[in-house]
Amino acid sequence: MTDASSPARRSLLASRRWRIWEPLFWVLAFAMPALLPSHALIVNEIAIVALFAVSLDLVLGYTGIVSLGHAAFFGMSAYTAALFAKHIMPDPLAGLAVGLVVATLLGAIASVTIQRGSDLTRLMVTLGIALILMELANKLDWLTGGADGLQGVVMGPLLGRFEFDLSGRTAAWYSLTVLLLMFVVSRRFVHSPMGATLKAIRDNRLRAMAIGIPVASRLSVSYTVAAGMAGAAGALLAQTTGFASLDVFEFHRSADVMLMLVIGGTGWLYGGVAGAIVFKLMQDALSAVTPQYWTFWLGLFLVILVLVGRDRLIRPWTWLRPKGRA
Amino acid sequence: MTTAAASPVLSARGLVKRFGGITATNDVSLDLMKGARHALIGPNGAGKTTLINLLTGVLEPTEGRITLEGSDITGLKPHLRVRRGMVRTFQINQLFDPLTPLETLAMTVSQQQGLGGRWWQPLGANQGVAERCDQLLEQFHLTSVKDQATRELAYGKRRLLEIAIALACEPRVLLLDEPVAGVPAGEREELLRTVADLPADVSVLLIEHDMDLVFSFATRMTVLVNGAVLTEGTPEQISTDEQVRAVYLGHGEERSHA
Repeated sequence: MTDASSPARRSLLASRRWRIWEPLFWVLAFAMPALLPSHALIVNEIAIVALFAVSLDLVLGYTGIVSLGHAAFFGMSAYTAALFAKHIMPDPLAGLAVGLVVATLLGAIASVTIQRGSDLTRLMVTLGIALILMELANKLDWLTGGADGLQGVVMGPLLGRFEFDLSGRTAAWYSLTVLLLMFVVSRRFVHSPMGATLKAIRDNRLRAMAIGIPVASRLSVSYTVAAGMAGAAGALLAQTTGFASLDVFEFHRSADVMLMLVIGGTGWLYGGVAGAIVFKLMQDALSAVTPQYWTFWLGLFLVILVLVGRDRLIRPWTWLRPKGRA
Repeated sequence: MTTAAASPVLSARGLVKRFGGITATNDVSLDLMKGARHALIGPNGAGKTTLINLLTGVLEPTEGRITLEGSDITGLKPHLRVRRGMVRTFQINQLFDPLTPLETLAMTVSQQQGLGGRWWQPLGANQGVAERCDQLLEQFHLTSVKDQATRELAYGKRRLLEIAIALACEPRVLLLDEPVAGVPAGEREELLRTVADLPADVSVLLIEHDMDLVFSFATRMTVLVNGAVLTEGTPEQISTDEQVRAVYLGHGEERSHA
């Protein structure tokens, strides 16, 4: 079983091995709420949007499907989890599971709409679905609270033991744990034969078909799995804030998560995590300095990032070198 | 070579493909016998690639039927035709640029062996897949570049990978669309030998411009002109056919500017 005589096998398995910095990163992440208790709230927020960004990376970075409506799944599950806690059962894990299942089902249905057409068609269709759901949440105010949002959501203790405290430490650890679990699953998924066929579809759909890959069903699988993960993120947000409002469906949610992937890089699961960290910390720092105009600085940063290139930007020592040898 | 009694593996009957007012394929019937080394020739624009696209399901024929090993596949999706053993290569390389040759082949072999839907095991965990990849890399001289991104490879290597992907699908019917176009002279013969050395039960349809190559490879030939079959026969018959000489072989100058 452990025979490593095949060079192909050795080489393939080496590419998916955990790097030395990866466990360090996660240990540090889990230590944050304890080390900086006053920042537990932002750690929680980052963990949630990181999960959301990783889920978009599965469709955008690994399958090549563009989406401007990923908030549809995030929002659907946020409302589901909030309603579940309010009317049925306050247990967080049960709510998370229900939210995840509902978002996955929605993803499976919506995956029909992303099969055909160009990138532009997909941008419009995905955006449309998110807008439809937002309007539904707005109109069904007897259920969702409409524009006021769904209030009075009280969560029970996690595992029947850990209460969600005001400082947000329980929430941060809860979100980080869900993020880590889903990250590990995604990591296995993208390194599997199935993940490889998704990359093949992303890189050359014609050839993918010509080697027997069922393109339509693989696109559906990818979109559905990602929808479930986005749903988990949405449920976490509703549960840890005890609130769901129309904001969870808003266009800016779908756009922000795409910006995070632009910042962190696509087709690399840590891209979503890194993008979420940079984006949220910038948002936090900038809006403290200039509450009204922080998007100006964010925009400026994005323009510079795209013009200079990510690889150069994080390696300042290369800035002064002649252009040819960047 | 094959006896007249043998039934065709792949058979097209009365294929027509119209794009608006243009008829790209005009009532083409073609039989590919089991184990055949069949060449499809014709001047540029004769509709050779269109015919391949019809056979593999990339295009839907306006009229006509296609049968593979006795069953009608006219409306079958492209990837399901591959599963039934009909595989093609492309005239213009169709590769997965960010992936390495090894990843590409491992993915293709996994898919071929029915493991393409596995999502929990790592790619390459399967011993059989890995060993087949080693074989293919060796056979196509790709071992030294197996871990480089495909986009960084030299053209000759990319061309080899193009063919290797098709063979990784373990075809029973192989459609080769100008396989050696752009391959350096030294590697050409070898590439063709690899194709010629395929097991005798693999049937090959070769599209090629290079006449020397076609005559050294094929045991049967079909000449396509303006989307229609002009004639079909053995290489000897084709090389002496007056009609073929007139439209194709005889006009050296026409070929050079075509």
